[in-house]
Amino acid sequence: MAEARTNTEDYLRMYRQMVRIRTFEDNANQLYLSAKMPGLTHMYSGEEAVAVGICEALKVADKITSTHRGHGHCVAKGAAFREMFCELLGKEEGYCRGKGGSMHIADQSNGNLGANAIVGGSMGIATGSAFTARMLGRDDVTVCFFGDGATAQGLMYEVMNMAALWKLPVIYACENNGYSEYTRTDEIAAGSITARAEAFGIEAHQVDGQDVLAVNALTQDLVARARRGEGPFFIELMTYRYHGHHVGDINREYYRAKAEEQEWKETRDPITRFRGWLVEEGIASEDEIEAMNEEIRADAKAAVDYALAAKYPDTSEVDMHVYKGVTHALA
Amino acid sequence: MREITLSQAVNEALAEEMRRDETVFIIGEDVAEAGTPFKVLSGLVEEFGTARVVDTPIAEPGFMGLAVGAAMTGTRPVVDLMFGDFLFLVMDQLCNQAAKTHYMSGGKLTVPLVLRTNLGATRRSAAQHSQSLHALVAHIPGLKVALPSSALEAKGLLKTAIRDDNPVVIFEDKLMYNDKAPVPEGEVLIPFGQANVKREGRDITLIGTSSMVQVCEAAAGILSAEGIEAEVIDPRTIVPLDEATLLASARKTSRVIVVDEGHQSYGITGEIAARINERAFYHLDAPVLRMGAMDVPVPFSPALEDITVPTPEGVAENARRLVRGEMIHAA
Ligand SMILES: Cc1ncc(C[n+]2csc(CCOP(=O)(O)OP(=O)(O)O)c2C)c(N)n1
Ligand SMILES: [Mg+2]
Repeated sequence: MAEARTNTEDYLRMYRQMVRIRTFEDNANQLYLSAKMPGLTHMYSGEEAVAVGICEALKVADKITSTHRGHGHCVAKGAAFREMFCELLGKEEGYCRGKGGSMHIADQSNGNLGANAIVGGSMGIATGSAFTARMLGRDDVTVCFFGDGATAQGLMYEVMNMAALWKLPVIYACENNGYSEYTRTDEIAAGSITARAEAFGIEAHQVDGQDVLAVNALTQDLVARARRGEGPFFIELMTYRYHGHHVGDINREYYRAKAEEQEWKETRDPITRFRGWLVEEGIASEDEIEAMNEEIRADAKAAVDYALAAKYPDTSEVDMHVYKGVTHALA
Repeated sequence: MREITLSQAVNEALAEEMRRDETVFIIGEDVAEAGTPFKVLSGLVEEFGTARVVDTPIAEPGFMGLAVGAAMTGTRPVVDLMFGDFLFLVMDQLCNQAAKTHYMSGGKLTVPLVLRTNLGATRRSAAQHSQSLHALVAHIPGLKVALPSSALEAKGLLKTAIRDDNPVVIFEDKLMYNDKAPVPEGEVLIPFGQANVKREGRDITLIGTSSMVQVCEAAAGILSAEGIEAEVIDPRTIVPLDEATLLASARKTSRVIVVDEGHQSYGITGEIAARINERAFYHLDAPVLRMGAMDVPVPFSPALEDITVPTPEGVAENARRLVRGEMIHAA
């Protein structure tokens, strides 16, 4: 891990953000298990250091595109629990007025262009966002989050080619959690993942996605360089999802051994590791950390209670937002 | 007669055809050990092995194109497209390649492949996992399109599709996988282009596709209690379409409602209504009414989603108004 004590506040914020993601997911899972949440959702637990390490290197004006496993990105980019839980429950006060749900959550105010239910579907969007920045002379950078499984989509190769040709300020962040759905990555991805980007002349890195400081240090550097027109870049982040592919994927030993899950949780958990480091380095005491955890738990509980009691959108909203500039598409 | 689920019916159809013809194989994402997210294909890899139940990367245009080439050269692929919404990813291979190859080659090349996918909203899966896109492919000459409405049709139409020398797209309703229906033991083949009169009636014809057949039957039950006898017809395939059966019923009852879960505009309901208007105009006492899914992307919030699809009560209400002679315009 990196040098300590240079930036106490930054470290504590990174810790806080990781715990906020884990806590959000624990609550979302409970909502599913108690049948209070419509549909299914994909948990980000285990991968917190990826979203936080990256997003803590971004400014509000920087953009991200997210995935079906998108709650972590959304929290890390600055979203509030209340609007997020409202969205997951299909309530009017959700980020997308209940129209998007877990798989389409977007937070315009913080530069989150949206989760995406089409695997790889956001790669064009992220590249286009970087294109805008360059064309309009803005210095924002876009990070495109996607999974290892998404590297199979042809779109990725089309847009990486253009991004490289035009030196766009985009960072492709591949969250390699070892699985896509119920299949191991090595069964569906031939060759090396970073070499895919290198074939286009894109500088590619592999990093331990369970080490928030390593992720953050690398991203800080790449973001700064991308702002100077040295992009695009590619990062493969080695990580692990703790839950099933989605909350309903409970009996999963046929494709993933319990022992493997245990091993990752017990020896490589990004939050436990970082917490240990914070204490060791004297950045925070156990008591301070416990107090922070407790505060986050209380925050989440209040947001869940609020969202459960919040109202659904009025049915008249059903044909709103089909077209910009048309209040009711079917009126 | 024994009853099996729609999911079992599909599984049986595939197993029987794969035993009968060694050139039949299945290809798609998580089709082998996982047996698809809906568990429809469970057990097939155990019997037929991974050479004939082929797990792919998440590369829909890639495996669709591969299947087209495989079909042109002596095999009979059954492509598993996890969600009907992913049709947009495979459209070039399906519509520019598979659909036109026989024609463009002057009848010399054939593409005997089946694309199995699904349709249907109200699963709280939001706009990219809930669409009913069969009208899109029905629009393309060269493709046949089947819409099973129960386990019996799911089995009989799939077996016929596999034996057909043309590309066939079959849409299963993902909400119906666990619905049981009587299916006889032994060979079940349902010819394409033969509608099924599910219920006879003299006052009004309800033409329904896929899960909308159930909706029409439920509506007919409501109407019958009020003394209105509705005839319910399931076309079973929309390409080819059994016009004769639909026209005969329209001439008999003089009133028709067409119910389908695709978007109402530019869809299946409009096509069938137009054909009835063209060929049975002088027998009609009312305009043929279209009832499709609301022309909005499928919203996530349950409060909104449920009002976007036709319901038995909605169909019954429109039927009453037609029978009473009220001129109504489709909403
Ligand atoms: C185009 C497309 N194909 C298939 C799916 C179904 N699907 C949803 S998530 C997923 C696996 C994605 O794996 P990966 O990209 O590694 O992300 P992870 O779930 O591991 O975070 C699949 C196949 C989809 N949503 N979109
Ligand atoms: Mg993955």
